[in-house]
Order: sequence, then C-alpha cells, then structure tokens
Amino acid sequence: MTATPSGSRFVNIGERTNVTGSAKFKKLVMAGDYPAAIEVARQQVENGAQVIDVNMDEGLLDAVEAMTTYLKLIAAEPDIARVPVMVDSSKWEVIEAGLKCVSGKPIVNSISMKEGEAPFLEHARKCMAYGAAVVVMAFDETGQADTKERKIEICERAYKLLVGIGFPPEDIIFDPNVFAVATGIEEHDRYGLDFIEAVAEIRARCPHVHFSGGLSNLSFSFRGNETVRRAMHSIFLYHAIPAGLDMAIVNAGQLDVYDQIDPALREACEDVIMMRRPGVGEDGKTSTERLIELAESYKGKDTVAEKAAEEWRGWDVTKRIEHALVRGIDAYVVEDTEEARAAIAAAGGRPIEVIEGPLMGGMNVVGDLFGSGKMFLPQVVKSARVMKKAVAHLIPFIEAEKDAKSKAKGRIIMATVKGDVHDIGKNIVGVVLQCNGYEVIDLGVMVPWSKILESANENEADIIGLSGLITPSLDEMVTVAEEMQRAEMNIPLLIGGATTSKVHTALRIDPAYTGTVVHVLDASRAVGVASQLLSDTQAEGFKASVAIDYEKVREARANKGQSDLLPLAEARANAFPTDFAQKPAAPAQPGLHVFEEWDLKDLVETFDWTPFFRAWELAGNYPAILTDEVVGESATSLFADAQAMLARIIDEKWLTARGVCAFWPARSDGDDVLLDAGASGATRLPMLRQQFKKSRGRANFCLSDFIDPAGDWLGGFAVGIHGIEPHLERFKAAHDDYSDILLKALADRFAEAFAERLHAHVRTTLWGYAPEEQFTNEALIREEYRGIRPAPGYPACPDHSLKPILFDLLKAQDNAGIVLTESQAMLPTAAVSGFYFAHPESQYFGVARIGRDQLEDYAVRRGVDLPTAERWLRPNLD
Amino acid sequence: MSVRETFLAEAAKRILITDGAFGTEIQNWKLSEADYAGDLGLSHDQKGNNDILALTKPEVPESIHRAYFEAGADIAETNTFSANRISQADYGAEHLVREINVESAKLARRLADEYQAKDGRPRFVAGAIGPTNKTLSLSPDVNDPGYREIDWDTLVDVYKEQAAALVEGGADFILIETVFDTLNAKAGVMAVRYLEQDLGREVPIMLSMTLTDLSGRNLSGHTVEAFWHAVRHAKPVTIGLNCSFGATQLRPHVKTLSEIADTLIMIYPNAGLPNELGAYDEMPDTTAGFVGEWAIAGQVNVLGGCCGSTPAHIKAIADKVTGMAPRHLPELQPVTRLAGLEPFTMPSSTAV
Repeated sequence: MTATPSGSRFVNIGERTNVTGSAKFKKLVMAGDYPAAIEVARQQVENGAQVIDVNMDEGLLDAVEAMTTYLKLIAAEPDIARVPVMVDSSKWEVIEAGLKCVSGKPIVNSISMKEGEAPFLEHARKCMAYGAAVVVMAFDETGQADTKERKIEICERAYKLLVGIGFPPEDIIFDPNVFAVATGIEEHDRYGLDFIEAVAEIRARCPHVHFSGGLSNLSFSFRGNETVRRAMHSIFLYHAIPAGLDMAIVNAGQLDVYDQIDPALREACEDVIMMRRPGVGEDGKTSTERLIELAESYKGKDTVAEKAAEEWRGWDVTKRIEHALVRGIDAYVVEDTEEARAAIAAAGGRPIEVIEGPLMGGMNVVGDLFGSGKMFLPQVVKSARVMKKAVAHLIPFIEAEKDAKSKAKGRIIMATVKGDVHDIGKNIVGVVLQCNGYEVIDLGVMVPWSKILESANENEADIIGLSGLITPSLDEMVTVAEEMQRAEMNIPLLIGGATTSKVHTALRIDPAYTGTVVHVLDASRAVGVASQLLSDTQAEGFKASVAIDYEKVREARANKGQSDLLPLAEARANAFPTDFAQKPAAPAQPGLHVFEEWDLKDLVETFDWTPFFRAWELAGNYPAILTDEVVGESATSLFADAQAMLARIIDEKWLTARGVCAFWPARSDGDDVLLDAGASGATRLPMLRQQFKKSRGRANFCLSDFIDPAGDWLGGFAVGIHGIEPHLERFKAAHDDYSDILLKALADRFAEAFAERLHAHVRTTLWGYAPEEQFTNEALIREEYRGIRPAPGYPACPDHSLKPILFDLLKAQDNAGIVLTESQAMLPTAAVSGFYFAHPESQYFGVARIGRDQLEDYAVRRGVDLPTAERWLRPNLD
Repeated sequence: MSVRETFLAEAAKRILITDGAFGTEIQNWKLSEADYAGDLGLSHDQKGNNDILALTKPEVPESIHRAYFEAGADIAETNTFSANRISQADYGAEHLVREINVESAKLARRLADEYQAKDGRPRFVAGAIGPTNKTLSLSPDVNDPGYREIDWDTLVDVYKEQAAALVEGGADFILIETVFDTLNAKAGVMAVRYLEQDLGREVPIMLSMTLTDLSGRNLSGHTVEAFWHAVRHAKPVTIGLNCSFGATQLRPHVKTLSEIADTLIMIYPNAGLPNELGAYDEMPDTTAGFVGEWAIAGQVNVLGGCCGSTPAHIKAIADKVTGMAPRHLPELQPVTRLAGLEPFTMPSSTAV
C-alpha cells in the first residue's frame, strides 16, 4: 500500500510508462525491449493506476513508431488494456498516431493555445472525432501561464472556445502548470499557492472540468533530498485536492501521509507552499530560507522519531501483540510483527505463522471479549486497524513465499450494490468478520452485479454479502440474486443494510435464487450466520431452518390479502381536513438561498448524538449512554475520540457544509402539489396517499393535504457535507478503518444537523412563520417545532425519483454540489434533502402499502410508465 | 424536420421495428452461381456474395424488403453487410463497391417511400456497414501481438467509400453493425465524420455491437458499458446489440445498456442459438416473447431480428409490442466517461 490519494475523486495515473519521467522505461524502449516495457505498464495497473500515461517524447526515438508499437502491444494484454490510456506527447502527430491505435475512450495529453486559436480548435475537433477527453495546458500565444490571473484567464478562454465548438465540458482537463517554488527568486514564491487558488477559481467559472498537474516540478529546488520532496508533494496535494485537483501525474511511491510528516518539516513546507508567512520574519529569514536550512538536516535521514517505551513494551512479543490488538494501539505493531516474523523465520517457520500464531491469538481474545459483550464495536474496529497494519507488513513476505495458503475460515465477498454509495454498515460487518478469522474481499460501493459474480468466481468465494441503504438498492439485490441463479451459483447470499428486511428478503430475494439467502439484521449477527453457513455439521440444518422460516413469512404475507386497503377514491374522501385559515403567511424572503459554507461549529451544537452511537451498534440515548452500566465506558471513549476528531475537522477545515433552500408559490391539485417555479414554469409533484383502513376518525394522509388548493407555498432544500475524500484516502492508506468509519459517521451527523439548523433558520427568518420560536436542542430532536421537512424516499413521500425534480428546482448540483446516482442516492454521501411544509397541522406519517389502483393513477400523474412506477414504489407494493 | 428529428419523433410514440435477416432468407431462393454472377463477367466464383444481388438479381433483395415491410418494419437495412472493398476483394468485385451500395440503397429507398406513401407512416433506410473481416485491435498472429492486418487510415477510407455510396443511393442513416472490434467502429465513425465534411450536412449514425461471450464482451474485449463510453462521441441515433446469441442470452446486457445510454436502444438478436445443424429453429412467438419482456421492462426503442429471423419473426415482434410504451431516455450526469476494455467514470469536479 502507498499513501497515494486514489479512489473515487482522485484519479491515480500511472506515470512509469513515460520516457521523460522514468529512466528505466526509457532504457527499455530505447533498447527495443518491449516485453519488459509492457511489464512496467502491468505493474502500474496492478498497483492501482486507473489510467496509464504513455509518453515516447525522446529525441533519439522515432516517437510515432514507438507510441504505436507500444499501444498495439498493450492492447493485446487484457489486464493492462482494461484501463484507459493517456496518450501523452508534445507533438500532435504522435498523439494522432496514438489515437489511431487506442480503442475505448482515451485522454489526450495535451493540447494548448500555444500556436494560437486555429490549431488549438483543430486539435480539439480531432479529439472529439476520435472520441477522446483532453488535457489542456494553460499556455497561450505569449507563453505558459505563471500567475494565478494568467492561469484563470487562459483556462477560461480555452473553456469558452471549446464549449463553443460543442466540446463536452466534462471531457476537459486543465493543467494550470505546477512550477518550482523555493528557488530563491521572489517571483516564484507564489507559484504553489497560485496554482491552488487558480484551480478553485477556474473550477467555479468552468463547470464540470477536471484538473491535472505534474508534481515533480514543484520540489525541483530540492533535487536529491527525497524526504523534503515527498513532504512537499504530499502537502501540495493535501491543499490542492480540496481546491479541485482531481488527477496528478506523480509516482505513488513518492508521497507521504500528511499526518505522518515530521511537524517541523510540515510547517516549513506549508509556509513555503501556502505562502503563510510572506516576506522576512523576526528571525531575519524568509520561509524559503528556513526550509532550505531545515532541509539540510533531512539529507539521508529517516523521519521516524524514537518513541518512549512504556511498561508493556518490556513484555515478550506475543504478549505485546495481544496487548496492542486488544487496546487498539498501532504505534509499535509493525516492529513487533517484524520481531515475531524474524523469530519464527529463525526457527525455520513461515511468515504466515505470525498471522496464525500471535496475531490470530490476539484477535481471538478480541473476538471472545466482543462475543461476551466486554468489548464494543468501536474498540473492535480499532483492533482491526492494528491487525490490518500487521498483516500489511507481512504480505510481501507471504507473497515472496507464494505457496502460502491462508487458513481463513472462509472467504466472503462484500459489496454495496450498484447505485448505492453507503458503506458504513458494510465496513463494520467486514471488520467484524475479519476479526473472527474470515477473509473479506471488499469490492466497495456502487458495484455492478457482473463484478460481484466475477469476483466471487475468481476468488472461489464461500459467501457473498450485499449491502444497501436506499430503497432502490432492494431491487438491485434482487437482480444480483437473479444473476447468481442464472450463473448457476450455489453459495449463500447475505443481505444487510438499513432498508433491507427479513420480509423483503423472504418475499423478493430468496425466491429469485435457489441457493440460501439470509437477511442479517446487524453486524453482531454476521459472524454467527457465516459460521453456521460454513460449518460442516451445522450448515444443512441452518439452511433448512432459514428456508422454513422464509416460507412462513411468505405464507403469512399471502394470507394477509388485500382486505385492509381502501379503494383510492375512498381513501381520498377521507383526506386530512387541514384548516387553511391557519395557513402560514408567504415567505418573508422567497426565492433561492445558497449557503456556501455554513459554520461547522454552529452545527456541532445541533448534533443529535443518539444515532451516532446507534451506527456503532451501541444502544442507548445520549447523554445517558455515556454513563450506561454496560456500554458506558465504550461509549465515553468513542465520544472522546469523536470530540477530538471534531476539533480537527473544525480547526483544519476538513469539511465544508454547503446547502441551498428555496420557496415556491404552490397549490394542491388532488394528491398533487403544483409549483409555480418562475421561469421553468409549473412543476407537478405527485404525492402518495395512505390507503390502509384507518380506525374511526383517523384520516388517510397525503402530503398534498397540507397545501391549500386556493394558493399556498412549498419549500425545498438540499444540504451536503463536502471534502471528506482526501481524509478517507489518508485513513485507507494507513489501514485505519476506525477513523474512516468515525469520520463518515460524523459527516452524517453534520449533514443531519445542517438540515435541522437550516430548517430553524427557515422557520424563524427566511420563511419567518415562527420568528419567536426558542427550542432547546433536545426539543428540536423531538421535532416539537411547527412544520415538517419530509424527504423523497422516506415514509411520507416514498418515491425516490422525485429527488431529481427537487434537485432541478434547487439547482442543487450547482448550488450545493450534490449529485444523484442512477438510484437517486446523493453524493456526497453525507447529505439531506427534502420539502418544507409550513402548515401548523402538517405532520409526519408513513404512506405504507398502496393498492394497484393508486399505483396506476400515480404512474399517470407522474408521467411514467407502469414498470417505472412499480420499480420506484416497490417497497410500498405487495 | 431533419431525418434524425423525424426518427426521434416516431420513436417517442412507439417501439419501432427494424427488419430481420437477409442471409438466411436469400438461402431460401436456392440461387445458383450463375444467378449471383449475372453478366458482370467477374473472374471469381460469386456464389454466396449476397450483396452483389443488387446488381445481378435485384428481385431477390426487393422481395425480402417487401416481406419485412409487410410484416410491420419501420426500417429497412440495406443488403450491404459485406459491400466494402476488403470483403468484395474476396470475390474480385472491389471495383463494384460503389455500384452495389448505391443500387442497394436506391432499392431500399424506393420501397420505403412506396410503403410510406401507402399509409403515411414514415419508413427509414439504414445503410448497413459490416465490420469487414479485418480487425484494428487484434493480431492474427499469436506470435506477434503487435502485428495488424490493416491500419486505421486504410479502414477509414474503406468505410468512407461505402458510406458515401449508401448516402448517395438514399440511405437515411449509416448503421455500423455487428461491431466485434470497437476500434473498427471508431474508424467507421471517423469515416462518417469525413463524409459529413464533404457533404456539408449531418449523416446520423446507428451503432450496434455484437457480443462474443456470455459475460458481455465483444471480440476486442470491451464490455457493453466500455463500448458505449468509446462511441458516445458519435452521438448515435441508436445504440444497441445485434447478432451475438439469442434474446435470452442478451437479456442482462440489454438491461445494462438501457440504463446507461442517453440515446435510443435498438436490439436485433438472432433467432435463438443455432442447433446442431447450424440452423435457427426458435419459433417467431418464442422470440417475440423474449424481446417483448424488454419492451415491458421499458428497456428498448427499436426491435428487430438478426441471423435466423424471418418476416414471421418480425411480424410476431411487431404484434407483440404494438401499443407498448417505448423506453424513456435517461438523463446522464455530465461526468467524464473514459474506457479501456472496462469503463472508468470520473465524477464531475463541480460535484465535489
């Protein structure tokens, strides 16, 4: 593992297949040793490169010949050709020759306005015709852009020209030129900061574009001093990624984890790159001079500081490892693991024995403590972090051995299904299973069924586990089950996640697959289920009992019948009689309100902590949970860690809270709400009505009941928490699941708190129908205020597909940076959206089961065909 | 209205029907070598050169076009799958490429106009371009993986010659079909772009991939999604799948494509898998039942048949989907869609 920022936001480009950047690659190509040169590309992809940069610009090479030869050869290697190619050359003829050999959709690197607009546009048109995205250098007729203003000016001009000829803006990648800093020339001091600030500004002015940059220039002054260069690159990325840099050509091995850079060096680098102390300081030196001085001391020196030994450090190594695992201390685990490995090797043993011996021994202690309720999930996740670090250390040794077979209890494929991005629960289950000796292959989020099946086959998995949080994921899980059936698979399928249920599993997923399907209620059940499914003696009995159990659920469901649903007309006749005399006044500030950066501190005060603890499977209400007899200690420790991370989130501005809300004139029309959204004309929001038979006097609710048919107002909002990715990348690189889950859980809290705070601001100020309201946080959590904010996809408004309409009205992507997946999950994951109903009698309810008649009526009102409506409303149908 | 607009307007109303197989229909005529060769005086044996019938026995393709229009087709695909310089060279007929394509397109045009005049329903002509038997992505020599039998510029010229003749003869669209090599298809797109520059107007493209294995890849190794990323710049009127296997095997891939493509979906599968004798024996109602499921699921806009399908199959499909709603086009987020053999999507930077 390296500290590369890789993943969904930051694209990892393999740069070793570039003769200008890799002396080794150049030598191979010059010598015509293409088989070895192909291996360089293969290693890049194996190490996680998502795009391969190929450059043959070398004076002594026929670059056209070398480029086409190489591209044709890698086309014949499926494990290399699976990723896109970046055709990299300063000569257009080389690029075009390359494009004629690359299938798929490549990236051209690069074109620019160096020779003027005409050749620039000609090249851009060619790129469009070949079907390629393009890197545009910030270069014009007068030269390369150096200052922030020049970078912005050139990129904006290029953007307008490109969009003007129909070039898709999302296929533009700007390279605003990274230049060397700390050269001693004053004009160069701002180069790093200028780049970062220019990226942020260009991103604001040129929607949908991406940014790339070559990092090695930045630290050019420190050639030969790798410690300083690595630190500079990492610090630069740390600041440039949040600004918008989303790909960089950089050697993954040449980066440090930001947090682990020696603080003195980090400070000095940050002063230089971010221009934090311009000019000459009190010590009579500039930031550059201070860094150069400090850099001297790093020449050839390791950065790891000596750690003070504590008492337990004197114990024998097996005991130390157990202690570290149980306490979740990761500071010494690599050296302890190495010590154990060396000892075992000296005795003629194999590296795998370190895992099977001291590490599994320690984890068994953890598993026993967890199983007996003496350890809790947050601690177990910390233990897993330590375990992962130890295993990561051993893997190279194990792989060197090759024949080593892991003695895991079983191999489990886990994935959050296609269209869904939520993974806190899945990660927790994965950790718990690993702690109990299972090998978990985590495919991540938004995983298509084909990849799940492929991976299960390739790895000879024993079990597949699927996770999802939003209701459309339920359908996707059925698809996975159907495809497993089609592929004639037989391994058990586990289903988990917030919207999943035993009923849905029994009714929809289990019948689609003849293998065993088990709904797993929470992480603590996962181990029991997995161990029974994979047990030689218990498996058959367990599978049979599950099958009988689900058959009973289906029978019970079948016997329930339709009797308790009212015909739609009758349900409508029993609508809620809202008293429109009490209708709130028109909003004080109608229209759209955008919040670029809501104060995080303000949000922390509004936190509802109880769900936070629930995410960690700690039961109880905050604050009582902190002193709870059973989980109090664990909860308190978790709470302290959360507070510490919150302080850093706020002080170091890890996250940004962006939101938007708006109010529109509205009226109800039957079960629809009609909005007059200004220029975009009238928008129809069809709602669903409760149809089950109510006891005397209770209405059959529909959200439209709360809107006056004679004219009224409706609001909408979307809030999201941005900036989490670079931090998750850091945690991932450090094998730190604990911090990963902690940060995600906190980001969720920020999103919920933001929704709550914004709603209060709406009630008191923007709409202003309750200017005097004063609530404690507890009262807010109990929703004692007037008005509601139901969200599409939740019980009162179950159709997720209303979300795109709401998002269009709010321009949520532009105004709050939130996008929707094909299943209408929000990205970033920590986000909340919904409608505002202000009437004092408006209240939350669940639509629950609806009849065929309403489904058909709804499809017509919604303007979709029946299968589409059925798909989105599946959870509300029989 | 441009032909693209007319087509889109029709496709918004209903599921459109394209035609079925020519090869298997021509076999029914049991033509002799002399029938194929006519009086062209060619040196090679012409038996099996189906495309040349446009010049030597035009009543054969005419009767097949008629049968498909009678069965309910909205689109006639010209009988020109192999009417390119590379494939015709095998018959010593490369000098006839322009003539075959012009005549084939004229024939299809005349019949399309005749049927349109009868009932007022628009009919379209898709000029069919096959993949040739050469591939830009693969080496025919296992010992020399960098070798290619053909280069990009040559293939672009070959395609352009054929496309120009088809448009000259009256084709509305250029249908680049049975794409087993994605790079060949990209060369086809480039050829049409050059043709557009010559003509000074749009020539709308239809694209249809063929799968060579059940996991959903074509011969060059691209997944359905990667293929879509690789050709989306063509702004095709339709994207889809043809040939490959029968409808049952295509099912998951149709679903995938229908969810990701923001253009019309056209699917024309084989009539099942061939039996031991190499014949297709899936009955029309069976095929119609399978493809009807896609219609019910809202996954398709244009349906038809490929190898083994007959006018009876096309009629059964047309009857099956009459009155069914066509698929809605999904709106795609403006994200960067790259591809190697597999897709790679970068989220929009403004969404960060």
